[in-house]
Amino acid sequence: MDVSDPGAPGPLVDMTGVTKRYGGVTALEDVDFRVTPGEAVCLAGENGSGKSTLIKILSGVERPTEGEIRIGGQMMTGLDPRRAAAAGVMVIFQDFSLFPNLTVAENIALARDLTAHRRFFDRRAARATARAVLDRIGVDIPLNARLESLPVAHKQLVAICRALACDARLIIMDEPTTALTEREVRRLLGIIRLLKDDGVAVVFVSHKLAEVLEVSEKVVVLRNGRKVAEGPADRFDAASLTRHMTGRDVPEAAPGPYRGDGETLMAVDRLHKDGAFTDVSFALRRGEVLGITGLLGSGRTSLAKALFGLVRPDAGTITVDGRTVPLGDPIGAAEARIGYVPEDRLTEGLFLAQSILRNVAIGRLDVHERRGFVDRRGLENEAQDWLTKLKVKASSIAAPVQSLSGGNQQRVVLARWLARAPQVLILNGPSVGVDVGSKSEIHDIIRDLGTRGLGVIVISDDLPELIATCHRILVMKDGRMVDEIEAGTVTEDELSHRLAS
Amino acid sequence: MTALLARNETLVAAVIVLFCIVAALSDPNFLSVTTLSDLLRASIVLGILAIGAMLVLISGGIDVSFTAVAVSAMYITTKAALIFWPGMPWPMIFALSILIGAGLGAINGVFIAGFGLPTLIVTLGTLSVFRGFLLTFVGSDRISALPPDMREFSRMVIARGTTPGGDFYNLPWSLAALAGVIALTAFILHKTMLGRSIFALGGSVESARRIGIDVRRTQFFVYVYVGALAGLAGILHGSMGRMADPFSLVGLELSVIAAVVLGGARLVGGYGTITGTLLGVALIVLVQNSLVVVGIPSTWQSVTIGALILLGTGLPAWQAKRAAARAG
Repeated sequence: MDVSDPGAPGPLVDMTGVTKRYGGVTALEDVDFRVTPGEAVCLAGENGSGKSTLIKILSGVERPTEGEIRIGGQMMTGLDPRRAAAAGVMVIFQDFSLFPNLTVAENIALARDLTAHRRFFDRRAARATARAVLDRIGVDIPLNARLESLPVAHKQLVAICRALACDARLIIMDEPTTALTEREVRRLLGIIRLLKDDGVAVVFVSHKLAEVLEVSEKVVVLRNGRKVAEGPADRFDAASLTRHMTGRDVPEAAPGPYRGDGETLMAVDRLHKDGAFTDVSFALRRGEVLGITGLLGSGRTSLAKALFGLVRPDAGTITVDGRTVPLGDPIGAAEARIGYVPEDRLTEGLFLAQSILRNVAIGRLDVHERRGFVDRRGLENEAQDWLTKLKVKASSIAAPVQSLSGGNQQRVVLARWLARAPQVLILNGPSVGVDVGSKSEIHDIIRDLGTRGLGVIVISDDLPELIATCHRILVMKDGRMVDEIEAGTVTEDELSHRLAS
Repeated sequence: MTALLARNETLVAAVIVLFCIVAALSDPNFLSVTTLSDLLRASIVLGILAIGAMLVLISGGIDVSFTAVAVSAMYITTKAALIFWPGMPWPMIFALSILIGAGLGAINGVFIAGFGLPTLIVTLGTLSVFRGFLLTFVGSDRISALPPDMREFSRMVIARGTTPGGDFYNLPWSLAALAGVIALTAFILHKTMLGRSIFALGGSVESARRIGIDVRRTQFFVYVYVGALAGLAGILHGSMGRMADPFSLVGLELSVIAAVVLGGARLVGGYGTITGTLLGVALIVLVQNSLVVVGIPSTWQSVTIGALILLGTGLPAWQAKRAAARAG
């Protein structure tokens, strides 16, 4: 296919027939992928769909088994990261790949100096470079600040600036919105528009695409290593994207009406913590799924931790089943049969290198004890039972947790807590970093927990998630409860509006 | 101001000043040119070794073999000179020792950068191997009849004399070696891409690889450079002590690393300054040489150094933790 129209820009990136096999496993099969200058493309797919492999090939980290890559019309054989970067292809990884110990200016200028094969480092020139790109995207970040002292959103901007300093013509962003608040996403999208006007192309790699669809021209969906859909962005919406990504309809069910006995299970009375939340009172009924939301900094995370004793409130009471729960005491909270699934399961909730069995069993050692020894058989049976109930996909319970996908890891955390038969389960960001298919299954599990008579508190800023799982949603702002919303009475847009107002 | 107070350098400097005040109060002779010149002399070998160790820590690794490298380079050089060319001029003796040090460092480099093995394990291994090889195959005799030019070097001084007050002082040329090492290392760390790459490596190896830093080459350089510095420190040690003792130096490695850590370098990599390292060395040397002056028996030396490490590195870490807790 020849581009004969001289006015139309040729493709910036043109990958044809790209196949990648690792041993006997085909990660990517016969995929064509094209990006034109100034275009924004959404590359969608679940974990394991091959999108990461495609990006690795495009950025020179991996070599394709078959297929051709052209960048700027030039055939790239034996592409390596340096050559890809020299051709203007820059990847912003989810972890940003920045250096916490270096300054903002150094982080921005270092990669450019490397690609320019400089031998000497000029601090003043580095600052000038950094200043210029920060100005270009209209952002002010102190140049001498150590990167580790910056908030996540700023780190991302530094990563973008670093790519721009290297004369990026294509910026690939891996899960760019996951760690951002809505306002920060707005700012990011504004910057992306600016870049596109400059002729810089952008590829979003994500499984949370609704937010970036509006600035994108094109959507490409991968599933099981093949391209299954491609087309203009305005022909896709969240539902059709999900359908293409999973290959099936994943309807977001709504929670049924509240069917519990209405009895108060957990009561929180005027809970207060200086600088975090003020005068928070609410009641959780048996069998209810209660959502708590708010923007970043609204105090929702501190509150979640306070409910499980990880943060000690200055005043107030928490009672479960009429009995007072000691404040600031996770062991006391666990004895009151409160369970807590942390937001960052990777650092707070799991022993990654340990087996699934050990991760589930850690909370049950006291029960499965016989004459001072661990009853291994009992533990194994129980763990196996929960993993089956929660449909964890794993080769065996001996497999290390880090070998599982995000969705399955989250289920292991859930299994650990459910094995302890809690009365109240607090879920902080239950589907952060989980792909679409697993997400809706986790939502099924949450709804199911409600019907079993547990009280569940879901703390999240993922509004569709709250609508899909909660009977009632409480809204926090500046540390206070400001709104209470009955489920089924709001749409996502309305909820978003009430959150921001 | 608070930023300045939270830095290790400030803390260490304050402890040094405090130590000197107490020492001066208990012994009026402490604050003299003689003491200063003695302490400076004692800091040379430790300082050069510490700067090497700092570079490794910044790059995110750790090296415990440098003392074995230093003593091997020194002893092999001395013995080779005595056998093949007793009249070898001192610049050549030094060059040979540095070269042998760099070569031994390159062996570390091959295991660490080439095979990607953990730095602590590799250098623990080479520490034993280098020293064992030295004592078994090269020799285990203390040699006090050094090549004449080595003795000659130890007598070369920048300045020596007696102050009007009657204090004797002696600044050897080996001090210039320390100054040269400081200048060269500062230049590499701050003015070259190589130096920035070493910092970047300590910050995040994966990120460094992704922006196109040649991780292996950078690591290899670090271990060769440390080896070369160890070779230099070793020959200085032999020359200043007027004896080639194959049993010396080894055992000092933890004191050296302690000095570097006291000066603010972090074991996780990415952090470290030359100023901090030199202050750390100064403090350790003070404790080792002048503890008696402030009235603490010298048997308490290691306790004191240990306590300083706990305080000097624990306090900033504890402050950082509290600051993080407040921010979170």
